[in-house]
Amino acid sequence: MTDLDIRTVIQHELRRIAPDVDVAAINPNGDLREECDIDSMDFLNLVAALHQRLGVNVPELDYPKLITLNGAIGYLQQKLAGA
Amino acid sequence: MSEFLMPSLGADMEAGTLVEWLVKPGTAVKRGDIIAVVETQKGAIEIEVFQEGTLERLLVETGATVPVGTPLALIHEAGVAGAGPSPVEAAQPGPPPIPAIREMAAAPLMPPPAVVPGASALGRVFASPAARRLASLKGIDLSRIKGSGPAGAVLLADIEAAQPTGARAEAQPQAASSIAQMRSAIAAAMSRSKREIPHYYLSHVADAAAALAWVAHVNAERSPEQRLLLGALFVKATALAVGRFPEFNGFFMDQTFRPSGPVHVGFAVTIRGGGLVAPAIHDADTLSLDQLMAGMRDLVGRVRSGRFRSSEIADPTITVSSLGERGVETLFGVIYPPQVAIVGFGKVIERPWIHDGAIMPRPVVTMTLAADHRVSDGHRGALLLCEIERLLQQPESL
Repeated sequence: MTDLDIRTVIQHELRRIAPDVDVAAINPNGDLREECDIDSMDFLNLVAALHQRLGVNVPELDYPKLITLNGAIGYLQQKLAGA
Repeated sequence: MSEFLMPSLGADMEAGTLVEWLVKPGTAVKRGDIIAVVETQKGAIEIEVFQEGTLERLLVETGATVPVGTPLALIHEAGVAGAGPSPVEAAQPGPPPIPAIREMAAAPLMPPPAVVPGASALGRVFASPAARRLASLKGIDLSRIKGSGPAGAVLLADIEAAQPTGARAEAQPQAASSIAQMRSAIAAAMSRSKREIPHYYLSHVADAAAALAWVAHVNAERSPEQRLLLGALFVKATALAVGRFPEFNGFFMDQTFRPSGPVHVGFAVTIRGGGLVAPAIHDADTLSLDQLMAGMRDLVGRVRSGRFRSSEIADPTITVSSLGERGVETLFGVIYPPQVAIVGFGKVIERPWIHDGAIMPRPVVTMTLAADHRVSDGHRGALLLCEIERLLQQPESL
């Protein structure tokens, strides 16, 4: 899976959670929670959706690594490559 | 034969618009079945039936706005002698359904626009929940769609046929009019609260380390779908605590406090684009944390997609508002009438704290109570907050 594919999956799930946010225009190095105005329930739903779609089970301890869009892409890429 | 009435979905609701019948006359219904959709200031709400029997006749057509308490349909109740329509009843045509055109005449209790600013009939967009959901997904502004349903209501087919109105519409899926309605519904309820309820406020800081550590420990073993949030512990601890302090759980109506046996916790959920609702998690004191968490996830999902049920809106017996990790330290609640208390939880923050005789950094949470002085006093309110604190120190027993 390429970075682009992973980005597409994350953006798709973010759109479902935050339909009013222009996901394509967010700062990829900004805090996703601030960029998309999402709370801990939304973030948990994002992590659950990534688990469903990519098969990557992100432990809570790794949540800080997913805090930005670029960070999340890098983290998931690494996990998928290692799997 | 019994009447199925336009329900009151909150103290501030005086009338509702029937958007959709989900069952046809002759259909068997049972308690809890969703049989109609009603449009209120809080959005489209699914209405459940409380009788068991057969839906006999519809008395109100889709598109009609009628006051709370108006019979919407006749239900032939099961168990009544001679179940099924009697020959006489079946032969009588009965009065024709209230047509949509009598909207204003049929709603004498509707407040004039001056009383509820923003709730004018002109600004309303009637739409079925399915249409609303799809419109939101497609980024379509409902107010720009010409509905083909009764009274111009926007139906699913209308949205399917419509094209998104460009990137700008996508960024603002929620129609401005529905935000205005939400604001006026909140304004009506909160004005009444501030006008009628003599609030008193208490605040207490509790050590949150045990609860946080327990949640982290439990979640470490679980896939994301099964994980808990701290908010579920707050709701459960509050629900258990009010079991011992019944004067915080119930309704103040007709100059009298009516305590509630069941604990239905209204859980405040913000709505993207503006506003909030606090639908009920029923019998929260009896649910396991997993069940409670599943209920909260389900509720948040449905609130965000604009679909919740009549009983969830109408009957919370106490409200819990948790600001979460992006919040601030302290929340000063406003009671949602006719309830008599709201418990607030601020953001968990690290503070220098004395634990086992030593000063150390410790995660703490500020809990607040706003309660109705007509029903309770600060002494009991303080005991309630202390009980919640005590329960949070033993998260494994919640």
